[in-house]
Amino acid sequence: MDVAKQDTAQNMIQQTAAMVDQASDEDFEDQQQYLTFLMQGEEYGVDILNVQEIRGWGNVAPIPNAPKHVSGVINLRGAIVPVIDLRLLFELGDANCDENTVVIVLKVATENVNRIMGIVVDAVSDVFSLTLADKRPPPNVNQGMSHTYIDGLTEVKGKMVILLDSERLLHLEKND
Amino acid sequence: MSIDLSQFHAVFFEESFEGLELMETSLLELDVDAPDSEQINTIFRAAHSIKGGSGTFGFVQVAEFTHILETLLDKIRDGDQSIDPDGIELFLQSVDCLRGLLEALQTETEPDTTRAQQLAGVFQAVLDGGTYADSANVVKTNAITGAPLHAASPSPAPASSDDSVANAGTRKQIGFSIVFEPEEDMLKGGNDPVRMLRELATLGDLISHANTDQVPDFDQLVIDHCYLSWDIELVTNCDIDDIEEVFEWVEDECELSITPIYADISSAAELHYSNSQNHAIDKKMQQATAEGQRLVMPSGPLPSLDNLQLASPGDVTNNGSDATPAEASAALAPPKPTAPAAAKPKAAKVEASSIRVGIDKVDSLINLVGELVITQSMLGQMGSAGDSITDEHIGNLREGLVQLEQNTRELQDSVMRIRMLPISFTFNRFPRIVRDISIQLGKQVQLELSGENTELDKTVMEKISDPMVHLIRNALDHGIEMPEQRKAAGKPEMGTIVLNAFHQGGNIVIEMTDDGGGIDTERLLTKARNNGLVGENEKLTQEQKLDLLFSPGLSTVEEVSDLSGRGVGMDVVRRNIQELSGSVEVSTEMGVGSTFRIRLPLTLAILDGQLVTVADQTYIFPLVSISESLQIDSAKVNNVAGGSDVYNLRDEYIPILCLDQLFGLRQEAKVLQDSLLVVVESEGQKVGVVVDELLAQQQVVIKSLEENYTRVQGVSGATILGDGTVAMIVDALGLSGLAGSEIAAAQKIAAEAVA
Repeated sequence: MDVAKQDTAQNMIQQTAAMVDQASDEDFEDQQQYLTFLMQGEEYGVDILNVQEIRGWGNVAPIPNAPKHVSGVINLRGAIVPVIDLRLLFELGDANCDENTVVIVLKVATENVNRIMGIVVDAVSDVFSLTLADKRPPPNVNQGMSHTYIDGLTEVKGKMVILLDSERLLHLEKND
Repeated sequence: MSIDLSQFHAVFFEESFEGLELMETSLLELDVDAPDSEQINTIFRAAHSIKGGSGTFGFVQVAEFTHILETLLDKIRDGDQSIDPDGIELFLQSVDCLRGLLEALQTETEPDTTRAQQLAGVFQAVLDGGTYADSANVVKTNAITGAPLHAASPSPAPASSDDSVANAGTRKQIGFSIVFEPEEDMLKGGNDPVRMLRELATLGDLISHANTDQVPDFDQLVIDHCYLSWDIELVTNCDIDDIEEVFEWVEDECELSITPIYADISSAAELHYSNSQNHAIDKKMQQATAEGQRLVMPSGPLPSLDNLQLASPGDVTNNGSDATPAEASAALAPPKPTAPAAAKPKAAKVEASSIRVGIDKVDSLINLVGELVITQSMLGQMGSAGDSITDEHIGNLREGLVQLEQNTRELQDSVMRIRMLPISFTFNRFPRIVRDISIQLGKQVQLELSGENTELDKTVMEKISDPMVHLIRNALDHGIEMPEQRKAAGKPEMGTIVLNAFHQGGNIVIEMTDDGGGIDTERLLTKARNNGLVGENEKLTQEQKLDLLFSPGLSTVEEVSDLSGRGVGMDVVRRNIQELSGSVEVSTEMGVGSTFRIRLPLTLAILDGQLVTVADQTYIFPLVSISESLQIDSAKVNNVAGGSDVYNLRDEYIPILCLDQLFGLRQEAKVLQDSLLVVVESEGQKVGVVVDELLAQQQVVIKSLEENYTRVQGVSGATILGDGTVAMIVDALGLSGLAGSEIAAAQKIAAEAVA
């Protein structure tokens, strides 16, 4: 990765981080905020409250005999955090890591799951607010495992966004 | 303002358990002939704090029990009461009993108060002038005569119950019949029966009937005397304890009988009727009970309900604590929202989650942090010097960095020391164990402790405790001989077990030496041959023979005792120790004794590692598991049918594992010639692991992979290297498992080749 490209990635991350900060400052009662990202041109969203931070791709140590979509582990300020490649998990084919590739670090702490994990996506896109009424159920078709993780669909600026359930995403025992 | 007391529970339990340990230690040290008042004071204080705390938190069972204990201790302290070995035994039992109660409370299960009630009875009898032994016997007899009653009727039914007794299988407990007869002057104590009845009504459907036949004529009526008594039917699914709690403050000032009612739910109404007829009988029984009580304890000042039930074999009232938890959950009626839920079964043992740290350790930490801040500001100043950096600056910078390095290292040591506790925490349990078991076995054994102040990581300590107990039990059971035998062998009758702990390098060594009969290695060998663990013609060295001691399913004792001898112990002991990356070795001499030497790392958080690279990835082997590293000579590599390779290492065939293949790092196999082979040993099995390069050896901090991921076979954890990258720590034992059947096959063939 040359310097110019690295700058682009760095800028992007900073911008997004700013967006996240701004977004989480505002607090709407019945609204949920989502961070969206791109994979194979499709836009996906995760609940912003589950997003701990966004990092550039790098220094991932592989885990022996892990499933293909588990890229490895990274050092997140002293904590060992696994990184899964969402593109491979969702069977979106090509999983090249370039200057836009980012790792979204998700943190879920519920009864079932309590862990931090990174997900690799093509690029971070936007932050938007959503009222629950705008959330439509996922299509009732049984196509591949990716559907397990879909929480619903919605439309932002005329474009469809697939909303993912972070908790189920991080429930590793199920997707292993 | 109300304070949520439950937030203090954890502290209370921890302190109480500490107090109990203190009591135990002091009791064991107490010289009965010349009791040291300071030691009695210590025991008294511990009991007193437990009583105070449990009273505050409403743990009535504990508070009541400790109260009696305390009263007795107080008398002993003042010299009004003597103490003898039987007394010590009783006090020790009560320590166990208290521990049981507290553990139950801690896990939020229903404590079994039967034992506590028995012991309380004994102490009461002692207070009334009995000797320890006699009082214990009286209560024991009562307990025994009482026992068949419960055994005969698993669903405790009052003997006087109605027809429904006959078809016990279909009966369900639907509530309680209560006979409540206050003594005349109960009202003077400010206890209002109406309040109690109202309280009872909150527990379920209440039908009460007041008996007014005791009320005298008006001119004889004393205004503050209570003449009324009540027959109460309470349909409820709550515990008998809940009902007893209502009468808690007046149980000494009234006649109280609580009897469960049983019925099919459908015929509950009928039962109400029939049961009220039984009250007359109940009442008579109750009187008999009271008389029985007086017989046993002529001057018993405050016969409590509990004592009543204990002391009367013919008692018909149900001793609630025996069976209530089961009953409560088996009650047919749907639980009412107001009724307390049945006790939830929780994790059996809650581990202590906090540690006490000496103030000196904290102070040194604060000092070090202060130093760190100074170094940081010094370096910061240099950083802000801007462009005008001179040689002098660079010199200062270097100096600063050296200082920083030193500070960091000291800080790390200091922080690690916080987790260190003196091993006396574990050692202190042993005098009691030795005492109890030696009495049980009829042996005379003394325990000598040394090096109790040697410090050890708390986690390691918790995990080493059970293996240690096992070794001690073994030494007592099999090591030390019976007094006659010892005499015949010209040894003192009193056997000795020595426990010693000391630091050696980065390890702690715990030694347990007994002067018993030693381990008969020949018998071990014979036994192993019989079990097929060792082939008929195999020759073993002395060490190998001793090593058999740790094989699963091997015991040299002919008879299996309830203490040990089933041969399931020593292999577990060794496994536990190995899980802590420690080792255990034995040395023995027939007729003289044996020594077990446990070597453990001081902490589990850091390990000495050997860095290696495989397919451009860095991996770490724990240094303790590596026995040697060598360059492969392909002439010594043999391929065994099935595709796995073995290496001929000084006439020993060890399986070869390729890390790159096992971890799926490379497609094609590596050429073995001139590759590096790291020989690792775990559980006595050697395996050779092929790696690309050997790097440095360094201390690494172990981080958990499981925290955010799952367990990975062949990897015991991860660590962060100096450059910030993550490296996996290889688990030698897991590796063999990963290679699985492949190795097993190779080893079998290799073994055959040797034979």
